Amino acid sequence: MIEYIIAKYNYWAYIVLMMIGFYAMIGKGNLIKKLLGMNVFQWAIILFYVSTSVKKGGATIPIIQNGHGPVTHAVDVAQYLNPLPHVLMLTAIVVGVSTTGVALSLAIMIYRKYKTLEEDEILQIEEYEALEPEE
Amino acid sequence: MIREDENIIIQTICRILIPFIQLFGLYVIAHGHGSPGGGFQGGCILAASFVLIVVAFGLPEAKRRFSEKQVNLFSSIGVFIYAWTGWMALLLGANFLDYGRLSIILPADPVHARYYGVFAVEVGVGITVMAIMVSLFIDLITGGKHEEASE
Amino acid sequence: MIAEHFPALIIVFPLITAFFINIVGWWWIRPCFYMSILALTVSFISSIGILNTVVTQGVIHYKLGGWDPPWGIEYVVDHLNAFILVIVSFIGLLVGIYSKRDIEKEMPQKIPQFYTIYTLLVMGLLGMTVTGDAFNLYVLLEIASLASYALIAMGEDRAPLASFNYLIMGTIGACFYLLGVGYLYIVTGSLNMADLSELLPKLYHSKAVLVAFAFFLIGIGIKMAFFPLHVWLPDAYTYAPSSVSAFVAGTMTKVGAYVLMRVMFTIFRPYFSIELIPATTVLGWTAVAAMMYGCVLAIAQRDLKRMLCYILIAEVGYIVLGISMANRMGLTGAILHIMNDALMMACLFSVAGAIMYKIGNRDITNFRQQQLNKKMPFTMAAFTITALSVIGIPPTCGFFSKWYLIIGAIDAQQWVFAVALILSSLLSAVVFFKVIEQIYFKPREPVRPHNEGTHEEVVMDEAPMSMLIPIYIMVGGILILGILSGQIISTVIQFAVPASF
Repeated sequence: MIEYIIAKYNYWAYIVLMMIGFYAMIGKGNLIKKLLGMNVFQWAIILFYVSTSVKKGGATIPIIQNGHGPVTHAVDVAQYLNPLPHVLMLTAIVVGVSTTGVALSLAIMIYRKYKTLEEDEILQIEEYEALEPEE
Repeated sequence: MIREDENIIIQTICRILIPFIQLFGLYVIAHGHGSPGGGFQGGCILAASFVLIVVAFGLPEAKRRFSEKQVNLFSSIGVFIYAWTGWMALLLGANFLDYGRLSIILPADPVHARYYGVFAVEVGVGITVMAIMVSLFIDLITGGKHEEASE
Repeated sequence: MIAEHFPALIIVFPLITAFFINIVGWWWIRPCFYMSILALTVSFISSIGILNTVVTQGVIHYKLGGWDPPWGIEYVVDHLNAFILVIVSFIGLLVGIYSKRDIEKEMPQKIPQFYTIYTLLVMGLLGMTVTGDAFNLYVLLEIASLASYALIAMGEDRAPLASFNYLIMGTIGACFYLLGVGYLYIVTGSLNMADLSELLPKLYHSKAVLVAFAFFLIGIGIKMAFFPLHVWLPDAYTYAPSSVSAFVAGTMTKVGAYVLMRVMFTIFRPYFSIELIPATTVLGWTAVAAMMYGCVLAIAQRDLKRMLCYILIAEVGYIVLGISMANRMGLTGAILHIMNDALMMACLFSVAGAIMYKIGNRDITNFRQQQLNKKMPFTMAAFTITALSVIGIPPTCGFFSKWYLIIGAIDAQQWVFAVALILSSLLSAVVFFKVIEQIYFKPREPVRPHNEGTHEEVVMDEAPMSMLIPIYIMVGGILILGILSGQIISTVIQFAVPASF
């Protein structure tokens, strides 16, 4: 049982982070806190992917040693980490940043209209306006 | 409201540092294949230098150097560099983004042509990322109203 | 020579044009619309070319960058892909033409930005359809989603809040999809769809693969607005600008259904999705709930667009029901329904947009007072024909897809599904006849005989031509494609259904 936790600690770490982010997205009322929760959620997934690229046996970072200029010696693949998840997560990081940018712009638009960022207050203002529509 | 004379230290240090930050950003873009770096990372560092101008000298000064129109232009130019590199390969007869085919016009063999092609798209990515990051920052701190930008 | 590069051209041309529109829009506003229409026309022609090539020669494999799969990204176009490419580019082009007058009225100072993001949205959806690589699909899914968040936020009063909710839920969906791809990559080491379908059968007993499948279903379900995960859809599509609603309602959910079919039948073989884990049973019963929920709640709405959003949720239920029946008839019905539903929903939302453009509100109880049957007779005729198609009356195309779905349900001996299909047709008849009664049949208030001297004549004040022509092309498509259903099935859809059914 204990080796389940210790040997796979990267999975446990990312699950904990993901659930914290998910709870913040659902349980909190402030729009910025929801956004922060979404960010934590996405970064947990990115960390998980990157952590799966490690190889046993002391693999080092995927940059060819003594590699200035044209590389003519054969490269031993087992010595270097798997670079593909790093590259995929580069794209995912960019996507996360763009989503955060769009979400923050939307939050500014909402604030300008309602003067508050709490979701329950915004819904109250909307119900109030629905009951007494302005001419 | 920060008084003018308190800014002297910050402004002097930033005036010295910002060119070096930009040089470092260009270095990170150019050495993406051999050390940690690449287009996105270098673009972010270049954008950080503009953010430093905004923080130290105020927004109108930054807009004097890198106006909203230029930001939009740069973001599109980066995408064009990327797409044009792929399009050249298409025009020369191979599949899209097949940089090896660029060896017909560049003085290199197909393997090195792929290397140069990747370098070209990294430059394009760096320019676009820099422009978008600066644009995001300025939009968010002015709340979308560029005309009312002060301090 | 250029024909063999169509799979790349269909994406690259709108991408470059979108950024051209961004630059040109700073100085001249007039060319933005025309450049966008040019890019969408090129995409439409390329998609027809691709369909032609696939029907005559077979599956297209296009290697990006010249790298062989599984090391490189590959664009695989088979019959299912090509079919949906034509549908998405066709509706993109029509709604692009439709949007000219609408955008000039609703947001005249944001025209270049609108056309940039609209072209990028169409490009993202086309890319999602054409790619054969699981991670590339995630990237294009996020491009399409971000473009749609921005477009929806440009709408009316509650639009930014609705778009924010859509953003949060949509990002959860895309992250679940990304997790699914990650799990599959960890156990197999490959991201290419065809490669995964060969490496996975030995690993079907592994728990990571089961969890990956569950993540895929949930993530795609959120994007597709499948019943319990549909909560973002009514708000987001109601408050969006009219042209945006018309386009995304017609295409985004359908491309989501296409991705579901790819995951269930190409990446995971049909044996896995049907027998090993009872995914089709779960999806089938949830789809029945979706159909009932959508139709019943649509009856309760006052706003025309909101009613159409709930009908859209029911339509997604039809498609997933067809997928879950897991026999040839059911899948044929589902794929045919994708095409029909795209046309019907785009047409209905365009009509709602035309009503909003002319009158300014969409309250159904107001229609009789506005005397819409006299003011906008052509638009109302288009609405009626499309409503008949949603209910399922021959010879419109909606009848044929429901016919195949019911036969598929009877073939699979699922009598409850057949009864649910017929019941939901009745309920949608109630929904649409309520609106048609308001337009045509409700008696007018009696005119006082001696107070008003003049009996005011209602002048026909029809929607502008550039909005009417796309609506009528779509209505013509609904009628013609209904009659041609048999031919469409025998040439294209018959081969799009996976071969083991």
